[in-house]
Amino acid sequence: MHDKISAEEQALLDKFLADNQLFLGPDPEIMRNHATTPRSKAEDEILKKGLDPHQVHRVRGLINAALSEAFTMVNQMGAAPGAKWGDLVTGIYTAQGDLTMIAPHGIIAFAACCFYPIRFIIKNWVNDPTVGVKDGDGFIHNDARYGGIHNTDQSMMMPLYYKGELVCWLSSTIHEGENGACEPGGMPAAAESKYDEGIKMSPFKVVENFQLKRDLVTFLQNSVRDPGLQLEDMKVKLHAVMRLRERIIAILDQFGRDALMGTLRVHLEDTEAEMRRRIREMPDGTTRVLQFMDSTLRENALQKISLAITVKDDRLIMDFRGTAPQFLNRSVNTNIASFKASLCTGLLQNIWPDLPHTMAVMSPIEIITDRNSIVDAEGEMPQSMSLMPLFKGCVVWTIPMNKLNYSVPHRYSAVIASQYDQAATFIYGGLTQHGDVTGNFCADINGNGQGARSHADGEHSVSPVFGFMCDSGEHEINEEDTPIIRLGAQRLAKDRIGWGKYRAGMGYEQVATARGSGMWGFMTGCEGSKFPSAQGLFGGYSCPSYQLMKIKGINIFEELKKNPKVVEVFDIVELMNKRPIPGGKYSSHDMGMTFELCNEGEIYMICQGSGGGYGDVLERDPALVMKDLAEDLMSHENARDIYKVVYDEKTLVVDEEATKKLRDDYRKERIRRGKPFDQFCTEWVTPEPPAHIPYFGSWDNPREIYATTMGQRVKMSADQLQGAFMLNPKDLRIMQLESEVERLQVELGAHRNAER
Amino acid sequence: MRVLITEYLRINLDTEMWECRRCGHEHISARENYKRGMLVYDRDPTEIHKPLLDTKLYERTYSPDPKWCRILEYYCPQCGTMVEAEYLPPGHPPLYDIELDIGALKLQWKDREEVKEPVIGPDLALEKVKNNRALHAGHEHGHKHGQQ
Ligand SMILES: [Zn+2]
Repeated sequence: MHDKISAEEQALLDKFLADNQLFLGPDPEIMRNHATTPRSKAEDEILKKGLDPHQVHRVRGLINAALSEAFTMVNQMGAAPGAKWGDLVTGIYTAQGDLTMIAPHGIIAFAACCFYPIRFIIKNWVNDPTVGVKDGDGFIHNDARYGGIHNTDQSMMMPLYYKGELVCWLSSTIHEGENGACEPGGMPAAAESKYDEGIKMSPFKVVENFQLKRDLVTFLQNSVRDPGLQLEDMKVKLHAVMRLRERIIAILDQFGRDALMGTLRVHLEDTEAEMRRRIREMPDGTTRVLQFMDSTLRENALQKISLAITVKDDRLIMDFRGTAPQFLNRSVNTNIASFKASLCTGLLQNIWPDLPHTMAVMSPIEIITDRNSIVDAEGEMPQSMSLMPLFKGCVVWTIPMNKLNYSVPHRYSAVIASQYDQAATFIYGGLTQHGDVTGNFCADINGNGQGARSHADGEHSVSPVFGFMCDSGEHEINEEDTPIIRLGAQRLAKDRIGWGKYRAGMGYEQVATARGSGMWGFMTGCEGSKFPSAQGLFGGYSCPSYQLMKIKGINIFEELKKNPKVVEVFDIVELMNKRPIPGGKYSSHDMGMTFELCNEGEIYMICQGSGGGYGDVLERDPALVMKDLAEDLMSHENARDIYKVVYDEKTLVVDEEATKKLRDDYRKERIRRGKPFDQFCTEWVTPEPPAHIPYFGSWDNPREIYATTMGQRVKMSADQLQGAFMLNPKDLRIMQLESEVERLQVELGAHRNAER
Repeated sequence: MRVLITEYLRINLDTEMWECRRCGHEHISARENYKRGMLVYDRDPTEIHKPLLDTKLYERTYSPDPKWCRILEYYCPQCGTMVEAEYLPPGHPPLYDIELDIGALKLQWKDREEVKEPVIGPDLALEKVKNNRALHAGHEHGHKHGQQ
């Protein structure tokens, strides 16, 4: 035996290992690297020769127009509800798979993850004699473990050959929804392993000679609840990419290969340079934020996401260590690559929306995590409801970046508190009134309230946290296609507001039922029923908690037939407090609900949420308080108790002087009741999380991680995180009820003995 | 020279102190956690996010669960302005949320002009939403732009 082997032997060994690799799983070398690759030899030659900046500008404009046209095609022809509301993208990549540009209205997160599967194809299939990559080929993929946001999204990826040379890659991705998972709609909260998640496509060839291979299409159709949708959208994506290809070839014919390849690379390099310049403008130092997620969507569990952002010269480091560990049998984990895509979204949606939508914005950012944490879960972990940590990733920047950015003399965009960050929409599934099987979600997901701004109130129901380009869709279309009926208008959720000097934008109420289906059901996947989700900024309050309400055991259509006035107005608070429908079983729940059947005319109610507030409530202009009252956004009780305004309830005329006095007195009251920080901490801080909370994540020491597994609290080293195993909530309930029965039987026995 | 750090806090580079932007109160050294210069109050979240449903009928009422979540309110000890509202599980150590390199900050501002009132940046994301909505409303040929 010798210790050292020669380079030749090493190469042989590597080749042997590569040829005999049992399974080409998600490749850490690809999946853990979010940076752009260095210039290729060809790119370097082109850029060294020099490019005309005017020509670069023109070519970039033409590529944008081409991406935009392909986007519009998919948007208009796509069959998936997600396609109609803009949950899609078209993109162009360098030859080695760096995502350069996406369509201007495309979902940003895709810009930071669609390149992973292309890198996989380049690394594994190009030189594989059983696969190969040639002109006219197209590849499909959906498993986020190989890159992507989550497994509801399906991509079509195509190499573009020009005069025999691979010059770039093109793609189109749609949130298709249905994917054959254990619950309809593609995002099963009930998934307890990755094998409950439905179809998991690693990147494979599904198009040859620009045609779909019918055998593989049939296999995919056979694996999902909506075979029609599967076929139609594969066609739509293929044709959009082919149209995009024609347009890019026209650019190549006009300007030549060097202009295209050079422009793609320059765009990446320019963007990265601008990122570094902006980072350098910020002060050196560290700002921190904690986010708490309160549910696994199966049970309440408090999971911490911890972030420290450190700026040093032109480096920006995001340190997520101390975050909750992964769950072995809950679906709210995400892999690190998907999580980074959500960070990119947050950066481009909330911090610097003027930067180009390309993966290059993430290139200068260093990201540190604990392996096997909930934001960096292993491949075997279920992650079908990864939306939970991903939505948090979209807003995790807002608080710490505003604290770093506030001093910078030039402002690239407004100072905004956190947007509401939950997927507050009905996910549905079952038989439609036309007898078709379907499963998907409603476009209400796109109505998250905006955070309050440093200069103005937030906008109501503005957009989803993952994209300002998404529309809340049209319910009429939804009612034609599905048995879902909306009861009442979309009322803004009164009093459910992130308070502040400027209040957040609010969400609206969703009151839904079903009619005309033999079998129909809903699920909801939201956190924040115990611990508010959207954070306020600079003294602004967070949004409140939100719940899921049900009225079961009735048929509202029958009741309305009997008495058209049985419900005055479909307002959640009124319905729940007044209980106007006779015989109804009214209940209030966590906003995480696995799929559940809804009988005809039973009512399910949720809210879109408010963002976080900005600044001290006592600084809110009383005129704005009156405006909110006039618009019925809030009640008098809150105007008085929260904002401390003195006014006439009938005329809404403010007593300025009395208001000033009330507010001054209240400031004194604060000073009276507040305790000096150090003293407060000695009384407040406990050595461990409270015993009554199933707590996940670090407490005072980021290297020690708490979890509750199999019902027991454990403490782990952050370097050796183990997944938590959760008990079945139904088993727990049965255990509780059994011990209750036992106790009652003993009591009953004693009672009988006493009677004798 | 003073540098604005938040809506309510600034750093005086000459004295190296955290100061209140409302009343000028000197909180504590800028090399310390500014919270150490504040007053803190443990607020029951149900006072801020009040129950909207009848608490006799329902356990979950749109209020946060006060056994899971508390609000730490930080006040300026001189003027009583609320500088931060920190939502934490009971007993969780308060976060050291702003820790700047004061030496580097001084160097960075050596050639910068003092900013007394923060500039307001454009709300680009909202503009994009509005443009997009106008585009949808105006069909394919609409080149309408959102207001403001
Ligand atoms: Zn003050």
